[in-house]
Amino acid sequence: MKLFEFEAKEILRKYGADVPPGVVIARGEDAREKILEAGLEPPLMVKSQVLVAGRGKAGGIRRANSIDEAVRLVGELFETPIKGLKPRYILVEKAVEHEAELYTAITLDRSKRRPVVLVSRYGGMDIEEIAREKPESIIRMHVDPVLGLRGYHARKLGKAIGLSGRALTSFAAFLQAMYQVFVDYDAELVESNPLGLVGDKVIPLDARIIVDDNALYRHQELAKDIEETGEYSEWEIKARRQGLAFVELDGDIGIIGNGAGLTMATMDLVYEHGGRPANFLDIGGGASAEAVKRAVLFLFEYPKARKIFINIFGGITRCDEVARGVVEAIKEAGGLRKPIVIRLTGTNEEEGRRILREHGIEAFDDPFEAVKRIISL
Amino acid sequence: MAILADENTRVIVQGITGREGSFHTKLMLEYGTKIVAGVTPGKGGMEVHGVPVYDTVEEALEEHPDANASIVFVPARFAPDAVYEAIDAGLKLVVVITEHIPVHETMRFVNYARQRGTVIIGPNCPGIISPGKTKIGIMPGRVFTPGPVGIVSRSGTLTYEIAYALTRSGIGQSTVVGIGGDPIVGLSFTEAMELFERDPETKVLVLIGEIGGDMEERAARMIEEGRFTKPVVAFIAGRTAPPGKRMGHAGAIIMMGTGRYEDKVRALEKAGARVARSLSEIPRLVKEALEKA
Repeated sequence: MKLFEFEAKEILRKYGADVPPGVVIARGEDAREKILEAGLEPPLMVKSQVLVAGRGKAGGIRRANSIDEAVRLVGELFETPIKGLKPRYILVEKAVEHEAELYTAITLDRSKRRPVVLVSRYGGMDIEEIAREKPESIIRMHVDPVLGLRGYHARKLGKAIGLSGRALTSFAAFLQAMYQVFVDYDAELVESNPLGLVGDKVIPLDARIIVDDNALYRHQELAKDIEETGEYSEWEIKARRQGLAFVELDGDIGIIGNGAGLTMATMDLVYEHGGRPANFLDIGGGASAEAVKRAVLFLFEYPKARKIFINIFGGITRCDEVARGVVEAIKEAGGLRKPIVIRLTGTNEEEGRRILREHGIEAFDDPFEAVKRIISL
Repeated sequence: MAILADENTRVIVQGITGREGSFHTKLMLEYGTKIVAGVTPGKGGMEVHGVPVYDTVEEALEEHPDANASIVFVPARFAPDAVYEAIDAGLKLVVVITEHIPVHETMRFVNYARQRGTVIIGPNCPGIISPGKTKIGIMPGRVFTPGPVGIVSRSGTLTYEIAYALTRSGIGQSTVVGIGGDPIVGLSFTEAMELFERDPETKVLVLIGEIGGDMEERAARMIEEGRFTKPVVAFIAGRTAPPGKRMGHAGAIIMMGTGRYEDKVRALEKAGARVARSLSEIPRLVKEALEKA
């Protein structure tokens, strides 16, 4: 789950980072009152809190030279969608005059199976371009998860991007704070870009944290409404509320599979035979009849799916549970609302086929025959 | 021969009294897997399908000192603890079926296991099967058959699909290992390939990848550098998946222009692997590879 800039900065502040003073204004709140209450003096930065990249270039970050101007910009930004998303919060913070913009990030290196720290002398909005054009200007260091990011590691990284004196120690302390946040919050990413250099200290001008969804149970206080994240379409939000792993696509054949790999391969197969998938829906491992029922009922409702293709290869998922779920969905919907083709193979397959047959549905064993059938309907 | 697990592997089932643990213990026993003990804290003294249950791995090992592997069905919150327990008890192979383990936890126990010389398969994986010998996993046993093809895969169900297609074409498998779909896993493609390279029974390798990450590209580099010399047939799922979207919980996501379908196919083909564009092509490509092998 992505955190808002103001949430990420609040966490960094708790860990000792020198975050610029600011105030969060929620939709409907009195911006002037909140800015005055917070004792903020211009110049100010007014920043739209949307969870999409490229906010600055899209006009979501503005500078105000007076409180009047800041108030006006808050109103303006609330009405300005960034990549289709209107913000619920605006962050107003003290503008910080800085001499340089650095880049810092900590993420997981899948192949090394370790955290990796990335730092660069050249931060700011064009970091991706810099990464492409001057990859050598981004310095990487892998961290032993047992040892953690020690002070001397952090200082070595600071040196590598040309820092010295007190700026170096300030930078090293900030990196270590970032690392601690990375560990304590089960983060997939902790980033500060730009990290401003002001005299002899570093100040995070922006901050981004992504928390591992599988660890959210340990960080309940951060959980937000999925609508706020702006990552999902209306139907994706509906699906997620029901616990379904669903991605909206452009075609007309509803797809249900078990396992991400098989579900994607099923989409690929449908394309190959000239069809177009309306979605990706993975019922996951060991799905119960109840979960299958929910998935089928969902696709009955989902308008893009004109027909439904279910491809199940049972392992930990049991075919009889799947069959029961399909049958229950049809009962609850008061009939077969849309044509369904089912391919059912694997654990408890015989029982699954029997249940479907009793309800007049013949399941396929061969995926290729099944896909030809769904396309022909 | 086989890699990692064969008829001499003696298995402890961690989380044996749970719904999945108990169900799959039965299926593994039916397959012929030598399951010597189960572990569930607080349930010591019970029996599950005739398998004695202990409170700790250590106790299980006292009674069954020949055990050398474990399979973990413990729920995500408690699974890391179970994995450390197995590593500390000295088991050399730990198959972690559990999904939704926080990635920082996985990273820590995988690094710990490496230091102690334990191989972790998974998490969030179907396990490993050496057909006709043993099955330490949740895959449907009947779709596999003994033979000369090794399979390594990031996707559980897709593995069954492809093994089934091979079996129906009369092509058997030496060992099939599902390494799991999480961003960080214990055994990687290239590590599995090192083992397959040394296994005389394996003549051809089938590599089943998906979009996201760079594991397939690394496998390609290994082939290109001559560190894997057997013929490889590959399939990459997600050709039609839109970029930037996370497909399910499997961590298949295309980010920052890496891990795209085309990149993986290009890397593998450049290295000399045959890449099947369709699932239906796989048996034919494998047959051709076997004829040349």
